[in-house]
Amino acid sequence: MNLPAPNSREDLATKPNKFRKHVMEELRGKAFVYFCVLLLVITIFSIVYFIASRGLTPFLSQGVSIKDMLFGLKWKPEGNPPLFGALPFLFGSFATSILAAVIAAPLGFCAAVFMTEIMPKFGKSALQPAIELLAGIPSVVYGFVGLSVVVPFYRDTFPGQGIGIMAGATVLSIMILPTVTTIATDALRSLPNGLKEGSYALGATRWQTIYRMILPTALPSLLTGVVLGIARAFGEALAVQMVIGNAPHIPHSLFESATTLTSIITQSMGNTTSGSLHNNALWSLALILLLMTFLFVFIVRVLERRVKR
Amino acid sequence: MIIEIDKLQLYYTDFHALKNVNLSIPERSVTAFIGPSGCGKSTLLRTLNRMNDTIPGVRIEGKVDIQGRDIYSSDMEVEFLRKKVGMVFQQPNPFPKSIYDNVAYGPRLHGISKKSELDAIVEKSLRSASLWNEVKDVLKKSAWSLSGGQQQRLCIARALAVEPEILLMDESTSALDPISTTKIEELTRELCQNYTIVMVTHNMHQAARISDRTVFFLNGEVVEASDTQSLFSNPVDQRTEDYISGRFG
Repeated sequence: MNLPAPNSREDLATKPNKFRKHVMEELRGKAFVYFCVLLLVITIFSIVYFIASRGLTPFLSQGVSIKDMLFGLKWKPEGNPPLFGALPFLFGSFATSILAAVIAAPLGFCAAVFMTEIMPKFGKSALQPAIELLAGIPSVVYGFVGLSVVVPFYRDTFPGQGIGIMAGATVLSIMILPTVTTIATDALRSLPNGLKEGSYALGATRWQTIYRMILPTALPSLLTGVVLGIARAFGEALAVQMVIGNAPHIPHSLFESATTLTSIITQSMGNTTSGSLHNNALWSLALILLLMTFLFVFIVRVLERRVKR
Repeated sequence: MIIEIDKLQLYYTDFHALKNVNLSIPERSVTAFIGPSGCGKSTLLRTLNRMNDTIPGVRIEGKVDIQGRDIYSSDMEVEFLRKKVGMVFQQPNPFPKSIYDNVAYGPRLHGISKKSELDAIVEKSLRSASLWNEVKDVLKKSAWSLSGGQQQRLCIARALAVEPEILLMDESTSALDPISTTKIEELTRELCQNYTIVMVTHNMHQAARISDRTVFFLNGEVVEASDTQSLFSNPVDQRTEDYISGRFG
């Protein structure tokens, strides 16, 4: 093949000015990226600042003690004197999200093992899309299904009204299943093939390889998925609110009406005036939510470091 | 003869990877498989402990007898076969566990759980792999903290811990530095007093140095198999001569 010879060569010495255009391009690109990053950082910090400044006001200038809020059992913001015990909400949030993780973790791990070790083809073509679809269902639909299927089931099977922590946790567990499963699947897929071969070559069966080698090796990554699932469950408001009953006390059973941090905020925020003590106390709850999210992110970071070693 | 291969054919879906292989491998000796990349030497090695079973689309005809038993017969228990026919891979692949747990992994699989028994097996295996003196004080440390050569000897110890008869080595020194390679080669010579060793190597000099018998593969066929000395000094087949004198491959 004959390539046409270049008819005019640009010479470094004779063509000095053209590169100025590229300098401008570089600068424009750089400015745009920096602007976007700055906007993001400002947004994040102003959200944190806003929540913290509102959320800390009750403690700093309106005479509510942190201890009363964290350990108090009574939430009567319009009472006389007003009471701000948030322990029932904290309890509800933790109980629903951790219970949801306890339900979702084994299901997610098994689905991941199935998709990577047992039937990779069917898993990839059918099960994985199905599970990812769960992530796309709006939470109000989950809440609705929970209210019309899960709650009646629990009402008929166990003593109580069906609403409560168990119903909330059940709905949440389905919602966080995609997170747990996807991360677990990625973790199992990324295991070096040599490890599995090494185990099989010593005469291990498939199950021995899965529970003696694959699961222990992937454990930190699996836990990362679970913690992210808990974080998601902790922040979910709508679906839980629809099935938990929203009674501000610590329930005596899993099938008794309870409430969570997120549901009390969404329920009350519209009924308070900005700057009032009640309103600020709700911001304090939001601050607790935010701090918990930070904690979850921190745990995930620690786990990731253990994966890398 | 501990291994007898009779009219073995192996297909990867449409690709005919091993063509009518007939081969006998004597006990307590080192047999080296040599040949250019893709000639089927690793494939044959992996049929000896049925590691090819996991690859979809593999079809096998013919017979492979080990200690007089047809290993592809339907009543053969693959796990037991792999216990008897150990394997060391190209890349050192210690498990992300402690040195001790790596060696104890195999015995535990096969039902040994008493600490004193495991301790004895771990020490014996590490001694056989001439690694004991280097690691006896750090048995609880992660196996990944060892050097590449040590890791490979750990993998040998791990394979020896389940008391195999045969040890398959799939280019086990190709990822190692020259000093570690020498150590593994010396170890191979020692081990062949008690084990039958079948190794695949890219390195003809290695085959010449440490094997008793050498088998030359080309395009899925066994071209020549004889004792190492005569294969390298007066090869019968022209293709063998071309290969060992470096004219191709």
